[in-house]
Amino acid sequence: MEAKQPLCFHKIKMRGKSMSEEYVLELQHIRKEYPGVIALKDVSLSVKRGEILALIGENGAGKSTLIKTCSGAVIPTSGKIVVNGKEFSSMTPQLAQENGIAIIYQEFNNVAELSVAENLFLGRPIRRGILVDKAAMEREAEKAFQQLNIKINPKTPMKNLTVGYQQMVEIAKAIEQDAKILIMDEPSAPLTSAEVESMFAVVNLLRKKGVAIIYISHRLEEIFRLSDRIVVLRDGEYIKTLTTPESTVDELIHLMVGRELTESYPARKECIQYDEVILELKNVCGNGNQDINLSVHKGEILGLGGLIGAGRTELAQMIFGSVQKESGQILFKGKEVSPKDPRQAIDMGIALVPEDRKRHGAMLGISIKNNINMPIYPKISKLSVIRSKQEMETSQKYKNELDIRTPSLHQLVKNLSGGNQQKVILARWLAANSELVIFDEPTRGIDVGAKYEIYKLMNDLVENHGKTILLISSEMEELMGMSDRIVVLAEGRITGELKKEAFNPDTIMAYASLSKEEPSA
Amino acid sequence: MKSKVIYQIKDKAIWVVFVALFIGFSIANKRFLDPHNLITVLRQVSMYGIASIGMTFVILIAGIDLSTGSIITIVNIVCAYLMVHLEMNMGAAVVLSLVLATIIGLVNGAMVSSIGIPALIATFATQIVVEGAAYLLCGGTPVFGFDERFKVIGQGYLGPIPIPVIIMIACFALGSFILNKTYFGRYFYAVGGNEEAARLSGIRVRRVKYMVYALSGFFAGLAGIVLLSRTNSGQPTAGRGYEFDVITCVVLGGVSVSGGYGKFSNVIAGVMIIGILGNGMVLMNISSYTQMIVKGFILAAAVGFDCLQKKRQVT
Repeated sequence: MEAKQPLCFHKIKMRGKSMSEEYVLELQHIRKEYPGVIALKDVSLSVKRGEILALIGENGAGKSTLIKTCSGAVIPTSGKIVVNGKEFSSMTPQLAQENGIAIIYQEFNNVAELSVAENLFLGRPIRRGILVDKAAMEREAEKAFQQLNIKINPKTPMKNLTVGYQQMVEIAKAIEQDAKILIMDEPSAPLTSAEVESMFAVVNLLRKKGVAIIYISHRLEEIFRLSDRIVVLRDGEYIKTLTTPESTVDELIHLMVGRELTESYPARKECIQYDEVILELKNVCGNGNQDINLSVHKGEILGLGGLIGAGRTELAQMIFGSVQKESGQILFKGKEVSPKDPRQAIDMGIALVPEDRKRHGAMLGISIKNNINMPIYPKISKLSVIRSKQEMETSQKYKNELDIRTPSLHQLVKNLSGGNQQKVILARWLAANSELVIFDEPTRGIDVGAKYEIYKLMNDLVENHGKTILLISSEMEELMGMSDRIVVLAEGRITGELKKEAFNPDTIMAYASLSKEEPSA
Repeated sequence: MKSKVIYQIKDKAIWVVFVALFIGFSIANKRFLDPHNLITVLRQVSMYGIASIGMTFVILIAGIDLSTGSIITIVNIVCAYLMVHLEMNMGAAVVLSLVLATIIGLVNGAMVSSIGIPALIATFATQIVVEGAAYLLCGGTPVFGFDERFKVIGQGYLGPIPIPVIIMIACFALGSFILNKTYFGRYFYAVGGNEEAARLSGIRVRRVKYMVYALSGFFAGLAGIVLLSRTNSGQPTAGRGYEFDVITCVVLGGVSVSGGYGKFSNVIAGVMIIGILGNGMVLMNISSYTQMIVKGFILAAAVGFDCLQKKRQVT
């Protein structure tokens, strides 16, 4: 929680123009303390005109806190923010804007019902007298988009744009407000790969125009494609600044996690029991899917590949009972089942680790202990009174087993890092004794080190706990690294299946891009 | 360590407010500290306290129940009607009235969860319908002439303590038990905190909502019985406006209007504050219209405080 924010800022003094020519934004020795925690310890960075500076670090490394000091959302305990030679001890949102700093967060500030042009001039509309001059705004918007080489009709309602275009509007808005320093927090996270390409084009264009850009991302390959220099943070500390062409992925990972990752995917013992089919789908239709035929063996990790929107999450929803299938059969452990709601699926032994951890997975305002026990409360209660000893023991057991890092089981889940939140959800399904666990994008938004841990846990589930896993992943490497077999979906149909020996990104992509007109052989 | 202490103080802030008000009124008016007066305050708040149990559950799951006052009214009229006009046995009349109150709650639950009507509108509609029904049943005139023994519920004493206060304490104990010791309590927090995540972890959200609105109806009904016994006459306006005070008690007690957070230990403080505030203002000859203004501001301030805290957490 943010401490009380002082209402005023303190402008310390004006400096000479010696260094300021070069660096448009400098953060000097920024320190931020919260009660009991030091979030940032003496962090410095600087960015030049026309430069893309990548800011990387694991979740909880302090990236977001650091950039929030630039917008005034976080007031540093000590340190200086120097913008174009002007020194500040802290910022305010107005001050940031006046000094040409714009931040693009993952959630956009737009009004869905208004047009693109109106959104672009939200809060400062072009007026003629007391009336809003729509035509002028549309003209100006058109001009702004032309400058950025993007094609958006300013009259379109915002809600009709894809996430990618909405982001473009955000960038255009920043430029329209004359931003000289653009800070982007995980801009590629919500985008499809085609959208990422167009975003890169815009960002590169801005660099050419002399805008200084700070780019935060988990995806190292993006960092290498885009950035000029890289700043690494770890545990709130500044680690190193690197020149991008002279650094390597291994080096970055090493600096971020502070240890070597020998290989990104842990090895797994062979433990598939081919004679035992745990889940079988026969001609399952519904929720956008058609004629899905699929079987999963006990002890197997079956990967579901495909593009976003191919129907994988929708298929998982039908198996988990959160959406009803329209026709076809689902056989679980040889018996036909049709779970009417998640409760029924859970009782049968099916679990889902959902894609959107914060909205659908963890209950953030509730303790770790209660989160873990949530599905099994009726079982550990007598006449609906909870056996509190058993409740505590269960959560303690899985906290140890999964190495959930927390001082107390009473800690609220929102105070945990992404990786630990994911472990809490996993602990919940272990406690519920689920036999089939569906992982939907299990490592999205989780940092490199924690990802590896999640992979190890998945292996442990199949090796030592006799579980079976259905893995939905849009990360090609993860999908190939973790699966025993991959089934690819496209437009709600299965378009291909690959055995481990045949894994090949090109083949998977080819299957994923098949459309209805050309069903697979 | 330091943050833990701050948290503790913040958590108990409402009790600090209570103590401050208590001292304030003690200084402002000598009669306030009179034991008779304090007992009267307790007896007055017991109806709020009883009804606040159900309301706490409802607000915990991010709902609201505006039908509380009208349920108190209908229970007043129906119970009186059964005893006077149908000459029914006292116990049977009370049980039947409570069943009716619970059924009205279930109807609220059905509208909110099975149909999906926003709780504010659904329970608002119930309020009007039920109040109209109460008028129809009694023809707009009070119903009275009960068995002498009926008075005990609302007017009796156990030693120095009024029976309604004992009923209230028992209700708070029952409410705390449901909330903290049974898994239904865990479900309420989960549904209020994140309904979709709750559903995906196996909670049957619809059932939880039925249950919570039914409990709210039941506790409102119980408050209605106590009120009927206190006034010894079934009034067609008996419960009017009660929902306002009850919601204020609960929100003042720190139960978050956006759901998922709150506890009874503080709701009790909320109830006490509303009690001494009403009594204190009467003792100081503050008109009931001025009291309305004060209470309105208090509700807005309590919710505002909750919202501001939420806002701060976001940044």
